[in-house]
Amino acid sequence: MALDLEVNGKRVSVDADAATPLLWVLRDDLKLTGTKFGCGAAQCGACTVHVDGEAVRSCVLPIAAAVGRKVTTIEGLSSAVGKALSQAWIEEDVPQCGWCQTGQIMSAAVLVAEKATPSDADIDACMSGNVCRCATYVRIRRAIHSAAAIAKGGGR
Amino acid sequence: MSGRTLERRDLLRASAAVGGGLLVAFWFPASAEANSLALPKDFVPNAFVRIAPDGAVTVIINKAEMGQGVCTSLSMLVAEELDADWRRVGFEFAPVDPVYAHPGFGIQMTGGSTSIGGMFEPLRKAGAAARAMLVQAAAKRWNVDASECRTEKSTVTHTASGHSATYGELADAAAELEAPKDAPLKDPKDFRLIGRSTKRLDTVAKIAGTATFGLDVSVPGMLTAVVAHPPVFGGKAKRVDSAAALRVAGVVKVVEVPSGVAVVARGFWAAKLGRDALEIEWDDGANAGLSSEKLRADYAALSRTKGLTARHDGDPDGAFAAAKQVLEADYELPYLAHCPMEPLNCVVDLRTDSCEIWAGTQFQTVDHAAACAVAGLKPEQVKLHTTFLGGGFGRRANPASDYIVEAVAIAKQTGAPIKLVWTRTDDLRGGYYRPMWHSRIRAALAANGALAGWAHTIVGQSFIVGTPFEPFIIHDGIDGTSVEGSADTPYAIPAVHVDLHTTQVGVPTLWWRSVGHSHTAFVVETFLDEVAHALGEDALALRRRLLAKEPRHLAVLERAAGAAQWGTPLPAGRARGLAVHGSFNSFVATVLEVSLEHGRPRVHKAWTAIDCGRIVNPDGIVAQLEGAVGFGLTAALYSEITLRDGCVEQSNFHDYPMLRINEMPDVEVILVGSHEPSSGVGEPGVPPVAPALCNALFALTKKRIRRLPIRREDLTA
Repeated sequence: MALDLEVNGKRVSVDADAATPLLWVLRDDLKLTGTKFGCGAAQCGACTVHVDGEAVRSCVLPIAAAVGRKVTTIEGLSSAVGKALSQAWIEEDVPQCGWCQTGQIMSAAVLVAEKATPSDADIDACMSGNVCRCATYVRIRRAIHSAAAIAKGGGR
Repeated sequence: MSGRTLERRDLLRASAAVGGGLLVAFWFPASAEANSLALPKDFVPNAFVRIAPDGAVTVIINKAEMGQGVCTSLSMLVAEELDADWRRVGFEFAPVDPVYAHPGFGIQMTGGSTSIGGMFEPLRKAGAAARAMLVQAAAKRWNVDASECRTEKSTVTHTASGHSATYGELADAAAELEAPKDAPLKDPKDFRLIGRSTKRLDTVAKIAGTATFGLDVSVPGMLTAVVAHPPVFGGKAKRVDSAAALRVAGVVKVVEVPSGVAVVARGFWAAKLGRDALEIEWDDGANAGLSSEKLRADYAALSRTKGLTARHDGDPDGAFAAAKQVLEADYELPYLAHCPMEPLNCVVDLRTDSCEIWAGTQFQTVDHAAACAVAGLKPEQVKLHTTFLGGGFGRRANPASDYIVEAVAIAKQTGAPIKLVWTRTDDLRGGYYRPMWHSRIRAALAANGALAGWAHTIVGQSFIVGTPFEPFIIHDGIDGTSVEGSADTPYAIPAVHVDLHTTQVGVPTLWWRSVGHSHTAFVVETFLDEVAHALGEDALALRRRLLAKEPRHLAVLERAAGAAQWGTPLPAGRARGLAVHGSFNSFVATVLEVSLEHGRPRVHKAWTAIDCGRIVNPDGIVAQLEGAVGFGLTAALYSEITLRDGCVEQSNFHDYPMLRINEMPDVEVILVGSHEPSSGVGEPGVPPVAPALCNALFALTKKRIRRLPIRREDLTA
């Protein structure tokens, strides 16, 4: 069936079964491959996107549930917080294999947008749903603290 | 991958002699290539570097980038000798060609933590040759002596005449020159880039989501394939009812391949639903009865018998007969999945007389040959593009090329390009695990307090038998990867016996980050702690004594222990553990500080010191060592693949958990500089982690942990 979505500020129409997870519509239909597949069961966070500003595991969100809501993927993360995270991620040289990193950043973007100065405990709580097999966690933590500082300095 | 590389490669293919399925190593000198191509815009002095008229320097990476940072560190080697402006340096992955073969193994591959060590000279030479040609082109243009020219930041300068030209401006002229036979290399004291922390070249693409991994590849008309694999290794489909699967919207076809039953559909989700709807009766075959519990018992029994001798020093029998005290212990380690974050996948565009493949692979030559065989095509008809790898850890270096073979086999029956996608469950249940191991180990303590004898019996599978690596690695029946880290133990013990039972079990196994060291270091380093405890000696003091003639082990040991303030008091409920281990020609010592929280280990901090010879990219090494701590802790705390009735029990991250950010300790990495040749970095950080953890836990609980992953009952009195 034809479903109308708003992805990264653009209205798109996709022909998909209503139960299809958002992840596969993004990747297979819209070719937005920055959102990654890791587990298909909301256990690893590689597929994290924003739906109406909330971090959502797109591998388990039926596409029907995204209709009428604003979907943002890594390709559309253009907020000041998103830019601060990119800058911090580059400064800390966070990624190794890189597969999980877009999901990490999408989770971190919600955290930093909600908490101007996230504590280590905030980071633990918000980021423990995102697995990194390369275990870049030390740098993810540093980059989040640093991005929060950048975002504040930049006058959000 | 740019079209240009492929064109050059096609040129090679067409011109190089082809025989016996192997391409003859051959590379056109730049001038010949220039004459052969209509518009030679770029300067291509050799197979590893290309300079465009706009000054862009492209380094051709003949290794898999799976997180270890080779696209940056290998580019640094070329750029150093080239005196390239680092801001203009980029990279692309090499096509499959003998010129890109591993200097030691003779095939194009990434493994054994050998990328920097193996390519240190060849890539510097490639950069130096290119530089020499650019200088020569400039000297010719200015009519000056080349020896009076100097280079810096992609510019040739002749101070006396005031001339200067960028590499881009010189590219065309340099392309007309013959490559020098042996351009001189820099004295290491003149390095400007090697040894300096350099930002990764792939970070920006990876965080923007634009880096292309195998799973991100898309070709026009492509369909997605998901495969139902037999639930038991070696099983076969006896009867397949695909009617329901074919009724799923988007499902195009169901095809049987040797490895299972594939559902081919428009997109992953339809393919997955189609697979769910398949009705298959399996013939489980010979492995239907496999069970971890049975294997554990079998291995334990075998460890009581004599295996093939891997090392025999002195008189171990005499040492044990004369011992005042004999310590003995059994260690058990499970099958482990590599579990790269990007599940296995492969894109195949198979035509009548050609085939293009895109895959994240560590094993280009092997995968290419396997694809040719399945496709029934000649080597020059098959192009394999290496993408970024969303993790490898050895899984994507498979002598059986399992996911490549499967994808080509499906494509053969499909009539359209296909993308094979494995789910996480397929990955965890797909075999090729780190083998399960049993160790029986004994130590003879003499009356004078000396560690007089040591005997270690190892039981487990070989993943080398039957592969082309056999002649390199198996000697006198001993698979070197089974006993490495034990048979070559550096501890000064007068009598040592190490023997091996190589088992045959129907579970496919493979190298897993740090290979044999992943089990031997755990056994040796925790058992040595038992020896220290029995002797009433400090763990560091005992190692110092037994490693007195091993300066590189000692140096990392001292640095890690020093940084961790080994021996100083800790708050109640905290303890430290220590381990040191050499692997892949590097040396790592790790100290962990731990406590128990809610009955589970909590690692607060790790100090890890590495001597990996000459350092190329310091921050890259730090990153690998940080990651190795997390990787090692995951295995020690959580990882185990178990079998019941022939089936793997684990299916996703809920039962094959990974360490999470809230469990990750702070890590302090200490780089111990040395002038030895550059050696491994990706793997050597892993082996000391589990023993350091268990040694620390013993200090807390007085209970020895001899089986991984750690069980809650191992921590309570």
